[in-house]
Amino acid sequence: MTAVAARRDGSAALRPGQRHARRRELWAGLAFLSPWILGFAIFTVWPLINSLYISLTDYDVVNDPTFVGTANYEQLFADPKIATALSNTLWLALLQVPTHVVVALLLALLLNQAGRSSAFFRTLFYLPKMTPAVAIGVLFLLMFNGQEGVINQGLAAIGIDGPSWTTDAFWVKPGLVLMGLFSVGSAVIILLAALRGVPDELLEAARLDGAGPVRRTLSVTVPLISPVLFFLVVINTIDSIQTFTEAYTAFGGAGRTAYGNEGALFYVVYLFQQGFEFFNMGFASAMAWVLFLVILVITGIQLLVSKRFVYYEAERA
Amino acid sequence: MESFLGNGAARWARAGAVVVTIGLLSGCAVGTGGADDGGAEYDAQSDLSGELQVMGISISDDVAEARYEHTTQGLGDEVEVDLIEGDLNIQQLLSAVAAGDPPDVIYVNRDQVGSLAGRGALVPLESCIDGEQIDMEQYRESAIDQVTLDGAVYGIPEFNQVQLAMANADLLGAEGLEVSDVDGSDWEALTAADAALARDDDGVEVIGVDPKLPDFFPLWAKANGADLISADGREANLDDPAVVEALEFTTALYEAHGGFGAIKAKRDAADFFGEGNQFAAGELGAMPMEQWYLNVLNDVTPDAPMAFATMKTREGDPIAFTGGSAWAIPAGGENAAAACRWAKLMTGVDAWMAAADARAQTRADEGKPFTGLITGNEIADEQIRGMTEDAGDVWSDGIRAAYEANEASFSLPANPADNEFKQIYLDAVNRVLDGRATPQESLEQGQSEAQAALDEAWEVVEENR
Repeated sequence: MTAVAARRDGSAALRPGQRHARRRELWAGLAFLSPWILGFAIFTVWPLINSLYISLTDYDVVNDPTFVGTANYEQLFADPKIATALSNTLWLALLQVPTHVVVALLLALLLNQAGRSSAFFRTLFYLPKMTPAVAIGVLFLLMFNGQEGVINQGLAAIGIDGPSWTTDAFWVKPGLVLMGLFSVGSAVIILLAALRGVPDELLEAARLDGAGPVRRTLSVTVPLISPVLFFLVVINTIDSIQTFTEAYTAFGGAGRTAYGNEGALFYVVYLFQQGFEFFNMGFASAMAWVLFLVILVITGIQLLVSKRFVYYEAERA
Repeated sequence: MESFLGNGAARWARAGAVVVTIGLLSGCAVGTGGADDGGAEYDAQSDLSGELQVMGISISDDVAEARYEHTTQGLGDEVEVDLIEGDLNIQQLLSAVAAGDPPDVIYVNRDQVGSLAGRGALVPLESCIDGEQIDMEQYRESAIDQVTLDGAVYGIPEFNQVQLAMANADLLGAEGLEVSDVDGSDWEALTAADAALARDDDGVEVIGVDPKLPDFFPLWAKANGADLISADGREANLDDPAVVEALEFTTALYEAHGGFGAIKAKRDAADFFGEGNQFAAGELGAMPMEQWYLNVLNDVTPDAPMAFATMKTREGDPIAFTGGSAWAIPAGGENAAAACRWAKLMTGVDAWMAAADARAQTRADEGKPFTGLITGNEIADEQIRGMTEDAGDVWSDGIRAAYEANEASFSLPANPADNEFKQIYLDAVNRVLDGRATPQESLEQGQSEAQAALDEAWEVVEENR
């Protein structure tokens, strides 16, 4: 290469003309990006910084915020409802993420075998994703009604006395997880795309070695699509921890229902209640930052664990 | 080492950081606070002008249309009314107040007035009432209590909602019962009636008496002689023995028939607003319910075998837990004088009579009886009651009961922690309904939470004085 000269530290140095051209390119790039950068700064970064400040204040939206230091965080750790909400939320995530990913994978594997009808089923599976979350919350109350809901009627048909899904604190979370499967379609589409990328020759080689369909799936397909599975686990974990609309619609008072099941008191539902019903914006902001840290830690752990279980072809190459 | 951005860009980055820091510090100045009406001059004789922004009401039926027309005529041609339709969005309102750009007048649930007033989001109405010569004697005391915080009135009451005992006369008759057995005047008789009416051998088929918890818990506590909160809104009273007894009594009605979960599931599955409602379907013996449901039943199932009565205290006196709406003026509005007259006109006798005429005509056109309007205005109620037809049938009994209930209504007085207090007593009831605590334990927990919330909220009120 003639345009670059080797520096003593091994990095490539640019000639003055090239440096000028690069800087011009950089400014041009930034100029083109500026609408997004501006929007990101105003509507994401600034509220983020401001919420950190508000979390250190007593603020009711109307009156000026009063600086209270870490009082909101101290109050937060002393509030028994936080522990309940966090525990409910983590339990939901623990149930929801594996169920969601496994069901999505099974459906994607079936679709991958579906041949020409695959497009029809892809559309069919994805359609429920278009249903608004509020409608899903209402549907949950109807379908999972302990007395006359379609789920318990189905269970009764095979001799099972179904539980009180909407009022028994133990069954609320499994009910919401099952209802969440209604919108598994997007994960199915992502996994189907990943499955289409699995090389046929590897599956063929495994088959020649005597591997059956289950062995081929577990030993060839799943490792090859593990980066996508990992992506879905991370995204679904974050999504589960931020559960709000369906639960709030069904239990939190969106329909001005006075009955609220403590089993459905999820962290973001309580955050919303504190911020937008009681106007304890300082406390709600502190809750938001704690949630951010919880998600950060969980995602960090997932990244660490992924090094053992996720196969990246490019890294091996 | 050369910066990635170069020297010029680095300077810009440093400048940006300074701007962000200044912005961060300026965050301290968010909000304006205070309950200022801009020095408005209220005068019943003055001519008004300018724009009047009204938030939280939809002119969607004959009653609203008639009152709106009456009020806009009363304001005069120089006032340009700008309706922000839909239910009041409290977040939107508070943000607008904080930004110094609130609407001029809002239509608000009375149980939210205390919280808003305590934060300085509403203007006290003494000057408005004096200047516009609003006759406060015409409004119901229970409604005024709900909009009076620390001695100052913050809202002009509008509609009222009260509960009646509603029952299925056929089911009662089959068991040799009367509506007086389920109106709460005799708790032993009510428990016996519940047992006789309920059918739950194979799941809940018929609910005997649904006390409608957690919503109407204050009604049962008051019927037992206890208030959930002191008259000045400062002291919680959730662990009062009479309150505990009321919760024990009402939850026992559920426990006798498979628990609250089963009853609620049956309740949720019902076609509440349709022809298959629980009374018409013979799935419910009795329950306390707000008076507007009488209109629903009369509309969709006029032949349902209904019986109505007022709910009663254990001494046998009529009682109802009232709620409803009010007009209030947000702090910092630009046309408080017009807002005040709007509130006066919308809640005055003339507006209500115009509304009653319109509704009676609508009902007559549909071949249905006029069932009256229940308002926070005693004079209007008395006059409108005279317009209702006494056909001597069960629906007339219902209308009569609704007006009697309105006369005997009580409310939870305003306090600056309205929302928190309500949520805390609902949580206390819900813990018992879910079987997570006994009534005594749950209400003791609720008492300490409620008192802490009240103390904290009143402290803010004192600081803002």
